[in-house]
Amino acid sequence: MAHNQVEHNSNLKTLPSYMVGFAVSIILTLMAFGLVEWRVLTDNYLYVGISLLAIIQLIVQSMCFLRLNFNPEGRWNLLPFLFTILIITILASGSLWIMYNLNYNMMN
Amino acid sequence: MTHHDADSMDIFGFWIYILSDCILFSAIFASYAVLHTNTYGGTEIKSIVNLPYVLTETMVLLVSSFTYGLAILSLYKNHLCKVITWLAATFVCGFTFVAMEIYEFVHLYMEGNNWQGSAALSSFFTLVGTHSLHVSLGLVWMLILMLQLLFFGLTPVMKKRLTYLGLFWAFLDIIWIFVFTIVYLMGAI
Amino acid sequence: MFEKMLLGNLTLQAIPYQNPIIAGAGIFMMLVACIIMGSLFYYKKWTWLWREWITSVDHKKIGVMYIILAAVMLLRGIADAVMMRIQQVMAVGDSTGYLPPEHYNQIFTAHGVIMIFFMAMPFMFGLINIVLPLQIGARDVAFPFLNSLSFWLAVVGAGLVNISLVIGDFAATGWLAYPPLSELAYSPGVGVDYYIWALQISGVGTLLSGINFVVTVFKMRCPGMTFMRMPIFTWTALCSMILVILAFPVLTVTLALLFLDRYFGMHFFTADMGGNAMMYINLIWIWGHPEVYILILPAFGIYSEVVATFSKKYLFGYATMVWATACITVLAFIVWLHHFFTMGAGANVNAFFGVATMIISVPTGVKVFNWLFTMYKGRIKFTTPMLWTMGFITTFVIGGMTGVLMAVPAIDYQVHNSLFLIAHFHNAIIGGVVFGYLAGFTYWFPKAFGFKLNETLGKYAFWCWIIGFYVAFMPLYVLGLMGMTRRLNHYSAGNGWHPYLVVAAIGAFIIVAGIVFQIAQLIVSIKNREQYKDHTGDPWDGRTLEWSIPSPAPFYNFAVTPIVNSRDAFWEAKQQNILQEKTYEDIHMPKNTSAGFIIAMLSGLVGFALIWHITWLIIVGLVSVMTAVIIRSFHLDIDYYLTVPEIEKLESQS
Repeated sequence: MAHNQVEHNSNLKTLPSYMVGFAVSIILTLMAFGLVEWRVLTDNYLYVGISLLAIIQLIVQSMCFLRLNFNPEGRWNLLPFLFTILIITILASGSLWIMYNLNYNMMN
Repeated sequence: MTHHDADSMDIFGFWIYILSDCILFSAIFASYAVLHTNTYGGTEIKSIVNLPYVLTETMVLLVSSFTYGLAILSLYKNHLCKVITWLAATFVCGFTFVAMEIYEFVHLYMEGNNWQGSAALSSFFTLVGTHSLHVSLGLVWMLILMLQLLFFGLTPVMKKRLTYLGLFWAFLDIIWIFVFTIVYLMGAI
Repeated sequence: MFEKMLLGNLTLQAIPYQNPIIAGAGIFMMLVACIIMGSLFYYKKWTWLWREWITSVDHKKIGVMYIILAAVMLLRGIADAVMMRIQQVMAVGDSTGYLPPEHYNQIFTAHGVIMIFFMAMPFMFGLINIVLPLQIGARDVAFPFLNSLSFWLAVVGAGLVNISLVIGDFAATGWLAYPPLSELAYSPGVGVDYYIWALQISGVGTLLSGINFVVTVFKMRCPGMTFMRMPIFTWTALCSMILVILAFPVLTVTLALLFLDRYFGMHFFTADMGGNAMMYINLIWIWGHPEVYILILPAFGIYSEVVATFSKKYLFGYATMVWATACITVLAFIVWLHHFFTMGAGANVNAFFGVATMIISVPTGVKVFNWLFTMYKGRIKFTTPMLWTMGFITTFVIGGMTGVLMAVPAIDYQVHNSLFLIAHFHNAIIGGVVFGYLAGFTYWFPKAFGFKLNETLGKYAFWCWIIGFYVAFMPLYVLGLMGMTRRLNHYSAGNGWHPYLVVAAIGAFIIVAGIVFQIAQLIVSIKNREQYKDHTGDPWDGRTLEWSIPSPAPFYNFAVTPIVNSRDAFWEAKQQNILQEKTYEDIHMPKNTSAGFIIAMLSGLVGFALIWHITWLIIVGLVSVMTAVIIRSFHLDIDYYLTVPEIEKLESQS
């Protein structure tokens, strides 16, 4: 009997990918907590550092747990995901910019 | 339309729902970002952050993601017992996570730091609480699926539903990355 | 004390039997409901209604029900509008009119909420439901059960708004319920809670529909229909649904945060304890601006279809139309601040969003030129849909121009929240959205019901609408420039506003005449449906696939899945006399289900319980909803196969 679609994508889901994802996520998490707990960097660099670690962990978990990829079939899932991230960036940064300006002009 | 295509279409639809849920969380994150310093002279986020505790929660959630992955792998090998076992392990981890969250919230409430104290506290409880609510709903879903696996076995429909929950569970772990980074780590700086 | 436990905050005082206008409206509503229920009993049609409509998962039936909902709510929305116009004619100088301020405030709030959420959105979803699967050669949408659920959730939302008329109040805050006014401190009644739950419940349905249609277009197109061969209406519907998926979660969050403030004493938007009301306005317009594009894009699609069909030409510049639609979709997310230029974000922020707003008018301009170029040297048939389209082009362009005017922050500071703004957005929404949906309604009516609408009455309706619109809203532009602000329930004499408001009221009544003509058109057309019957399935000599099947469309849509190799596939097939081979295969169809109706009604119960703080009912309701969903998930027998002999029999009958 032919494998159904769920199993077809299983070629991509393997134990190694889960284990790598798991291990790397733990490492990135420990690094982020360590950076803050032991104040390895100064404040601004700390923000940048943990943000970067979060984004890297996002990418790792997306690739290892969500199995997002650039294959022809995977593109259907990846492109909406990237577009969503674009919109989220616009909304979040736009909101922060607007609210910062509003607060500055109207509350000071 | 064949069943193969129908399944991939359904899973794609669920994925689109997950993306809409990402937008939902981003709006709550944006509100947190704007309001987390509005403490009205009261408690600051920094003082309610307990990093070791949150690190433990994070590890628990990561383990649950891994065990769910093992459930999916058993799914492909058609091992019903293993699927249920790994799902149960995931449930235990997820339940532990929610229990730890509830404990943290109750503890804060007892100290007098509740969501009515200020905009900062409202946004803290709402952001972290919305994530926990999602996890809780996922746990209920997990129980129902385990029950249905006992009823129906590993049919294509059940495999599809487990795929949905897998996407949901992985998505919750990804959202948590940003919760612990933005709320707890940045809060502690 | 027991009453408090049983009924929460609900008391007999909630029923406004002392207010004659509301009491009258309530009695009228209940009379209509009784007549309908009575007729169903008398003609013994309950089983038919349940089996054929309430539990239907057929996208065409769901579409028809959406449009019926929109039509009913249009009547309520127009009644609100007429009441406001009359009030503004009467309430000058010493007179206070006939509507006290608290009531007037609820009327303009209800008018906005009803027209946007329960008239325009259902109308849009109705048209998309009926047409989109047919245009892409599909047999249904991707998730038929969710489709049914979405519809009933919309009905429940509209139901809550209607119930607020007779039990309690509605919000008196304006259609977007800005805090701090909408916070508990300044709106202690149930009005804002009705608002929140009507929108949250129907909002879930809208989001589900958005997902449904995006997946349908991505995954269910017939063989050969690449993206660039899809009809333009499908394209615009797709982009609109993408906007729904991206924008509606923000509305959900914003209303949820307001709910948390009101019910749990949180401080997101309160005036004290660190709350920031401006964040609400920021968030609500992040949703609100895409929302207007959600409404207009399908209307643009309808115009493209109508113009091509009734000019007997290929749509000019198909590719640029697609790109323009895509640009509008993305740009819709970077203009939202133009709704609150005057809130004090400063020059840099205002400049960015002002420029972005001006840029977004460019792709719309591209579309207008393409429609004009399609008409150029075409053989134009001035049918009712074509009249609506031509009326749209002039009217919407004016509305768009006033929009670009206000995109300049310096100008906006003068006209923001004046009647100039009101005139602008009604210009764009009526001229753009309403005209478009009415064109689509007339255009696709034969496909849904098997007979055309009476053309003469349709044309009378159109002329009343367009003349009525100009008479009602052009004075508002002048009034805005003269300094009259919006939402005024009374004003002093001697500033020269009154004559304009009288003209505006006359315009409103001309629009009402247009609606009367439309009702007459329906009655006459239904009475004479044998005479107007569409025998071929292609009453307009159409170009796209929906016209290739009989009217009304069979429940399985296509007996044989079409194979396509160009744009305007049906037109091509007609020109080249291509006949597709009729080799039937078993068709996979979904079964009807009551689950959508039941889950939605239970959600409505939860909403009502939340509004009135009836704690036990909230819990029971939530548990019931979850139980219903879980029970549904245990049903595995949710579809069936239509076998080849059955198809042959049905095809030979039609």
